[in-house]
Amino acid sequence: MISLKLEARSQPSDKMRYLSPLIAVVLTLLSGIVLFSLMGTSPWEGLYVFFIEPVSSLYGLGELAVKATPLILIALGLSIGFRANIWNIGAEGQLILGAIFGGSLALWIYPDGNIWLIPSMIVFGALGGMLWAAIPAFLKTRFNTNEILTSLMLTYVAILLLNYMVNGPLRDPSGYNFPESRMFQDAALLPILLEGTRLNLGSLVTLMILIGLWVMLSKTLIGFQIRVVGQAPDAAKYAGFNHKKIIWFSLMLSGGLAGIAGMMEVSGPIGQILPSISPGYGFTAIIVAFLGRLHPVGILFAGLIMAISYLGGESAQISLGLPMALTGVFQGLLLFFLLAADVLIRYRIVLAFKSKAAQV
Amino acid sequence: MTPRLQLKQITKAFPGCLANDRVDLKIQPGEIHALLGENGAGKSTLVKMIYGLMQPDSGQIFWQGEEVIMQNPKMARSLGIGMVFQHFSLFEAMTVLENIAVGMDQAVDLKTLEKQLVEISADYGLQIDPRKAIHDLSVGERQRVEILRCLLQQPKLLIMDEPTSVLTPQEVEKLFVTLKRLASEGVSILYISHKLDEIKTLCHSATILRGGRFIETLDPTQETPAAMAQRMVGEKITPPKRTEKTAYGKEIIRVQNLSVESDQPFGNDLKEISFQIREGEILGVAGIAGNGQTELLEALSGEVDTPIDSIVIQGRPSGNLPSNQRRMIGMAYVPEERLGHGSVPDESLHSNALLSGYQAKKLLNRGFIDHKKCSDYANHICDKYKVKQSGINSAAKSLSGGNLQKFIVGREIEQGPSLLIAAQPTWGVDAGAAAAIHQSIIDLAQKNSAVLVLSQDLDELFAICDAICVIYEGRLSATYPISAISREEIGLLMGGITPPLSTPAQTA
Repeated sequence: MISLKLEARSQPSDKMRYLSPLIAVVLTLLSGIVLFSLMGTSPWEGLYVFFIEPVSSLYGLGELAVKATPLILIALGLSIGFRANIWNIGAEGQLILGAIFGGSLALWIYPDGNIWLIPSMIVFGALGGMLWAAIPAFLKTRFNTNEILTSLMLTYVAILLLNYMVNGPLRDPSGYNFPESRMFQDAALLPILLEGTRLNLGSLVTLMILIGLWVMLSKTLIGFQIRVVGQAPDAAKYAGFNHKKIIWFSLMLSGGLAGIAGMMEVSGPIGQILPSISPGYGFTAIIVAFLGRLHPVGILFAGLIMAISYLGGESAQISLGLPMALTGVFQGLLLFFLLAADVLIRYRIVLAFKSKAAQV
Repeated sequence: MTPRLQLKQITKAFPGCLANDRVDLKIQPGEIHALLGENGAGKSTLVKMIYGLMQPDSGQIFWQGEEVIMQNPKMARSLGIGMVFQHFSLFEAMTVLENIAVGMDQAVDLKTLEKQLVEISADYGLQIDPRKAIHDLSVGERQRVEILRCLLQQPKLLIMDEPTSVLTPQEVEKLFVTLKRLASEGVSILYISHKLDEIKTLCHSATILRGGRFIETLDPTQETPAAMAQRMVGEKITPPKRTEKTAYGKEIIRVQNLSVESDQPFGNDLKEISFQIREGEILGVAGIAGNGQTELLEALSGEVDTPIDSIVIQGRPSGNLPSNQRRMIGMAYVPEERLGHGSVPDESLHSNALLSGYQAKKLLNRGFIDHKKCSDYANHICDKYKVKQSGINSAAKSLSGGNLQKFIVGREIEQGPSLLIAAQPTWGVDAGAAAAIHQSIIDLAQKNSAVLVLSQDLDELFAICDAICVIYEGRLSATYPISAISREEIGLLMGGITPPLSTPAQTA
């Protein structure tokens, strides 16, 4: 009798650590073929429309960057916390607060504004996200509350707060009572980097933050402390690293970056504050962080892949009349396959030949 | 005579290591047979296969002359094999009787069981109150529960895994009386240990394993401990060199009335602990595991806060300083647990050198890690302390226990501490590495550092310490010069009895 068996490796395989995301992508594509066939579309056309068509033009590449930017920015912040075993699940809420804070600054001084407005909005956006992340940080360090629950629940509070703001204080005075703010003045809009696309300054800022965090993780003591706190809490205590400080640091960093992402959404592609700012960037970024192995460069690639799933969903809806939910299905499949493929880091599959004698 | 148990050419491999390589073993009825070997020699793997917890890759097991395949512990028990593990498997919150009932293979009536239990414990002199909860029992009493649990099954072979490592010398004597009585009644005993004196007094024969391989079976009563040690280790061990000290320098650490409440459910609170250590002095803290050692180490290292005046280092009240700040005033610390406490398992040696050394060795440059200095430091440690590794970029967990321990001890000593706290510095380390670690601790004290060594191994403490005290249920005994106290007296202190000592306690 032959059976498949999982056998523990003597040590985790580094090769598999990097191969596993690729395996997950391939398996997702294969499932895509099945999925498109089941929906009565030609699988090849489906895959083409979903994954290739959106990025086959300069404009499309710009859109890719526009979608990938918030995902990468948020995932970078989350990955720092995840390394330290601090699970900020509420980036979506922190993003909304960043959008409210940054956007309100622009609306407050409307219609004025100069070259300092955008940097100030970035600072305000970061402060908004940090404020929202400070609540779980305080509760965790003071009362040992589970940050997964508190940060997640605060997301829904943030959504309600946004609704209140666009229906009340921030509503466009000449907007026929529609629940949205007025369009931002030009000084409050992120400058476009490439004519003919929507690629804006936000992508550049994100790239610079990515490099900064990469240096921080590999070259500074705080980066080392974060790794140690996550991998071996007792060793961190032994070295005298302050655990509470690390909790505050990683929640402030991930909250701040999510806040900046939210501010850059309203000041970039959207241009005003709407009741709905993000198509779940804050949650998708969790997948991006893991798909990118919590490493800045990995997150860059993972963010681009995830951005395609957003673009592909839109283009499949337009060209093929398929439901928008397809995006969520592909994102879910990808995470599912990634977690499954990660088993191969610690285990290998072996063929077991069972003989009768061994069973007696 | 048909041997009770015979193993032929037993081989067992794990990924990356051959734990047992063609091992032979023969135990007669009524024989106390020692299984002798260092940590990692393959003793535990071998007995796990006898007890059915694992199956051999090849080789045969014969029980009373018939070949058997031990499928699981239940089968082993039904054949008449009982085992007392090194780490007890008892539920703290349940009573003795309940624990035994839970471990039975068939349902039992509690009243009958209690009657049986009282009979057997009276018969063998293993006093125990069946209604007492486990967490109220001492370690010695818990072991008694495990032994009684086996005796209830009327075993023909009893396996004891390092039974004396948690006992006082007096408790060891009592255990030996029980074991000898069992042997005289025809029970075979497989006795796992690396303590040669015990084996010499107790056992009829001894099988030596080294590196998973069968070396030989010999008669321990006819051999000197030194000769057995040499065969067990495979090389000659040089005991550490030390010179007698008559005077010590100024006081380095003073602990006064230190009381700490344990944060563990069954931990020991520290109660009014006081001692001091001077320049050049090595103080040993003996005691059976679980008497407050963990709590004492956490308080001394700065991993938990204590009242500021209860710990004074170099004249500075330090009770509230975290460990990195204590390092800045000259402390270094070798924790008991190597992986995950003294080192980060998945990080490289390079990073693990940084872990505790970044202040004393100035491995930072304006917040940035000086990777070159880190590498130099890690290389220096590996060279000087003969740490076998495949490059300083290899992960800490890829090193063998002994080599990682040498790395950690080296990392701490090379920071030139004025105070070294070392917990179980040679736990699970092979004899060669242990000797090297002992020598480097003695050399550090020679350079006028104060050292505290906490250990359960009395041999270790008598080999390196100048003074000794005992921790028992969170209290520390007075400090005695090592030359003025005997093992028996230490043993009584470990059991909570203050012996009438001929020499007065050192109080200065």
